[in-house]
Amino acid sequence: MSNVPPDLQYTQSHEWVRRLPDGTVEIGITDHAQQALGDLVFVEVPEAGRVLKVGEPVAVVESVKAASDVYSPVAGEVTEGNPGLAAEPEAVNSDPYGKGWLLRLRPASGGATAALMSAAEYHKLLETEAA
Amino acid sequence: MAFIPHTAADVEAMLATIGVSGIEQLFDEIPASLRVKSLAGVPVGLNEMQIGRLMSERARADGRPLCFIGAGAYEHHIPSAVWAITTRGEFYSAYTPYQAEASQGTLQLIYEYQSMIASLTGMDVSNASLYDGASAVAEASLMAVRANRKSKSLRILIPRAVNPTYRRVAIATAGNQGLRFEDVPYSVESGLTPLDSLEKYAGEDITAIVIQQPNFFGQLEDVDAITDWAHAHGIFVIAVVNPTSLALLRPPGEWGTTGKGADIVVGDGQPLGVPLSSGGPYFGFMTTRMEYVRQMPGRIVGRTVDLQGREGFTLTLQAREQHIRRAKATSNICTNQGLLVTAATIYMSLMGATGLERTAAASHARAKDLVAALSSVKGVRRAFTGPFFHEAVLLFDRPVAPILTSLAGRGVLGGFDLSELYPELGYALLVCATETKSLSDINSYVTALGDAMQSAVRAA
Repeated sequence: MSNVPPDLQYTQSHEWVRRLPDGTVEIGITDHAQQALGDLVFVEVPEAGRVLKVGEPVAVVESVKAASDVYSPVAGEVTEGNPGLAAEPEAVNSDPYGKGWLLRLRPASGGATAALMSAAEYHKLLETEAA
Repeated sequence: MAFIPHTAADVEAMLATIGVSGIEQLFDEIPASLRVKSLAGVPVGLNEMQIGRLMSERARADGRPLCFIGAGAYEHHIPSAVWAITTRGEFYSAYTPYQAEASQGTLQLIYEYQSMIASLTGMDVSNASLYDGASAVAEASLMAVRANRKSKSLRILIPRAVNPTYRRVAIATAGNQGLRFEDVPYSVESGLTPLDSLEKYAGEDITAIVIQQPNFFGQLEDVDAITDWAHAHGIFVIAVVNPTSLALLRPPGEWGTTGKGADIVVGDGQPLGVPLSSGGPYFGFMTTRMEYVRQMPGRIVGRTVDLQGREGFTLTLQAREQHIRRAKATSNICTNQGLLVTAATIYMSLMGATGLERTAAASHARAKDLVAALSSVKGVRRAFTGPFFHEAVLLFDRPVAPILTSLAGRGVLGGFDLSELYPELGYALLVCATETKSLSDINSYVTALGDAMQSAVRAA
């Protein structure tokens, strides 16, 4: 069973959201998602300054088999795309909740958020999908 | 890979398996009102003997004229071995070989093609080809929008000295995707795109500029200055080149003085072993730098090793193609032109670097002879003075169209009439000579032109 850290929030499309102390959020894909994709060979992250709506494609994760979109779970302005992934896309496989983060953004004030799940809810979703 | 059509029994078996009564039923989802029941104007089928006879009669009607038309398609000598090898059964399917285990030969050939084209253009990577030069310009523009992430404008500068057909195809293909193609004027004195015509764009958000070398008029642009200017303003450089000319000219990968070179290089591969055949099929090529490879449309064949360490070839970097990415693919019109690429690869292998250089040098020499000979005819002069590759613009003292008609009657296709597309030039004709034209061919043209000018005077 894949790793689902209790302190993060999750989406139906297998992104995770971490709220940082400075009010920004960090976004990545879950352990389950990276396992399903297989070895990543390329990750395309957004440029700082891009303004995103909820559900907008914000990054592309590419394995040898397929290139898939990552959707922004939160509206806001990108403050940083993970610069380390250009040289080391496999960090998303090896450390999806750490070194493998995709982007950070500053949520729009009063901005919309996708229906986010708790770790327990996401865990349940994975169990349902596996069944 | 063997190409064996289905037998009637195969078709029956397949239909039975999926539970469909006939082929027609597969098209049921197309509303009846949209279906064409018969094709008006298309006659009933002919047998092989009849069609052979009809076609040779039509071919005879064309005669065997001396062709001095270039304007994007160029007559070069094609060694007989090129198409003898290309049409071998092993190569004679244009379909993309997805099954590496069944198509190592084809895959290796595409790999060699990519290596040759990348080396010729001075770039890191080549795709496995595109439809033609015009669609390659459209694809390069779309790619520039994806790759030049600092630019948000979708504005592409396309000088009027770029092949006008390429401009039209780029607008038709990419115009509906929000790209805006903006004309840049050329100098009627030099036939070149001057830097001062670009200066007004300095400081604006421009995604890319298209630079053709040699340009549509055959003239050599100051590609270094334009490349440096574009890069200084965050603008991508899309180079459009004639592959034959690259045997003599500096490759786009080395344009400019900063060592950065062009960002994307495209062109029509027809001069490399593909006959004129009334305009096609040809193939387009595209190369880029490694940092933009994932934004390049189409596929790449890579060299790898199998589990036992033996060398092999396989399709690689196809994760962004339409069979995987659907609507989000880098392109949905990036079929590679396999058979023509096969011919081009064999052509380049047979010619070698030296052969290609001699072809380019001989073409240039013959074009200079042609231009000198024609400009000695009264009422004809060169339009521009600068260096050219193997075609140039001539100005006449009277309309060109009747002269071309008269020349055609004398077995000479005299060139491409520019007056409709470039009326500001006056009575202008674009002429071309390659290594296929002898001095006596050029003399025949001069004699025929003398006669044609005489009868044009009499007609006037």
